[in-house]
Amino acid sequence: MTQLTHLTIEDALTGLKNKDFTAKELTEAHINAVEAHRDLNAFIVETPELALKQAEESDKRYASGNARPLDGIPFTNKDLFCTEGVQTTAASKILDGFIPQYESTVSASLFADGAVMLGKANLDQFAMGSANTTSAYGNVVSPWRASDGKDLVPGGSSGGSAAAVAARMAMGATATDTGGSIRQPASFCGIAGIKPTYGRCSRWGVVSFASSLDTPGPLARTVKDNALLLQSMSGFDPKDSTSANKDVPDFAAAMTGNIKGLKIGIPKEFKLDGMPEEIEKLWDQGIAWLKEAGAEIVDISLPHTKYALPTYYIIAPAEASSNLARYDGVKYGHRSEGAKNLNDMYAKTRAEGFGDEVKRRIMVGAYVLSAGYYDAYYIKAQKVRRLILQDFEKAYETCDAILTPTAPSGAFAIGENEDDPIKMYLNDVFTVTANLAGVPAMSVPAGLDANGLPLGLQILGKAWDEETVFKVGGIIEEAAQFSAMPQAILKKAA
Amino acid sequence: MSMDKDTVRKVARLANIEVTDEQIEAIGPQLSGILEWVEQLAEVDTDNVEPLANVVNIDLRLRKDEVTDGNCADKILANAPEETQGFFVVPKVVE
Repeated sequence: MTQLTHLTIEDALTGLKNKDFTAKELTEAHINAVEAHRDLNAFIVETPELALKQAEESDKRYASGNARPLDGIPFTNKDLFCTEGVQTTAASKILDGFIPQYESTVSASLFADGAVMLGKANLDQFAMGSANTTSAYGNVVSPWRASDGKDLVPGGSSGGSAAAVAARMAMGATATDTGGSIRQPASFCGIAGIKPTYGRCSRWGVVSFASSLDTPGPLARTVKDNALLLQSMSGFDPKDSTSANKDVPDFAAAMTGNIKGLKIGIPKEFKLDGMPEEIEKLWDQGIAWLKEAGAEIVDISLPHTKYALPTYYIIAPAEASSNLARYDGVKYGHRSEGAKNLNDMYAKTRAEGFGDEVKRRIMVGAYVLSAGYYDAYYIKAQKVRRLILQDFEKAYETCDAILTPTAPSGAFAIGENEDDPIKMYLNDVFTVTANLAGVPAMSVPAGLDANGLPLGLQILGKAWDEETVFKVGGIIEEAAQFSAMPQAILKKAA
Repeated sequence: MSMDKDTVRKVARLANIEVTDEQIEAIGPQLSGILEWVEQLAEVDTDNVEPLANVVNIDLRLRKDEVTDGNCADKILANAPEETQGFFVVPKVVE
């Protein structure tokens, strides 16, 4: 039998239907993989007992012919999704020991479709980071290794989710993307991930970071597997005021393999000064693949691209400072001992509970929202955000989708880019515009850099048109034939 | 703009986060660096541009004003650091 942990979700579903193996066997194989790769620190909480119980229920449904769309598929849940009865921390000490009394809409949908939860994946604290080095539960280590043997970052903030999927611990994962937190780790870890249109997946029960940007989405090893997961995660939710009351199309069916005549935009502003040559080469390669498949390549302009990151670093901290005001040591989570009075308790609780990067962003947010600075920073950023959205609207008059690199480099070593917050922020230079404009964007593994580390290409689509993103993503995947395996897997297999 | 120590102290108070004098020394330059970097937005012409708060172009939905849940005080208090008789407990507010 082929190794169960190496199957795609698509093939595993076929195998389960054909009774080649049981959901219990599939789950046990993944639980073993989770245990074997504990050195990567991809999980904050493992839930093997729950997983086995869910797998047994899946097996019963397979036996009675009532299998659900994702029955028996083991996944990991980013520890930002509230899970009823299972600790949820956002990788912060301030939520240490928090046991939600409710289930997030997205994870409830996955459970309703029969998916099996292996545990809660590590992440950057409150999803703030691009290297998974801000978690109160320690760094996640990428299953990939540099040739010099240094431990690499998996990217962030969904670093535990991405590492788990890449290391074949889980077949898929939930993740969230506020400025690139699905796509950049997907690129670094050699897997695929999609940030759908804002409003496609409910944010209810997801720990909030920046509410107008936060977007739940999946990570998996193939484009089709992403389609299967997103299908389950999507849909209208009255409990989220920004959830869209729209029909969810059949994402997998959109992967027809036919992009003849499709217009693919290439934004000239994404050609950055000092961009590594290999990134540019990969991008050219992607353009060539799409041309070969019959797409028409058109030059487009997204003139405000260079202002996207500074805009994001006003809006996201502003929303975060407001959202994170709820952590006060009263209702749940950490409370400082020995405070003299209520105000002292608030300030000490928050000082002890939040990590440095979270504090930095809350303070930036408090500053840009404060009297006298509100217009100059916050309103200004909201105006530039509209210009960025208009850039996309104008570009989509002449193209159907856009192709860019996902990240400006491959994975870097743990500890790099930590000396200056802005250096770390620049990781999201290609991804953040999609969040500001709310449009869907996917990263697909497309090649390796000079160090043998994965690089992704990003496909952006029109709002609500994930179908075209999946269609183009499928073409890139087919052309790239990305088959490289993380060294952690090869080592264990040897 | 460069942030002086008093401003850092003020922002920390607004954010309700206790900071030590040493931390203020470290945080000041970091916040200044971020703010100086985002200030490049000043060069963008935004005259006659409406601020965009959210890409979702819908009016907030209204639902019927009726009770849809409740009677779950035990769940609400389940994670409280301290609670008694159905209430959250906090340090004494009134002397």
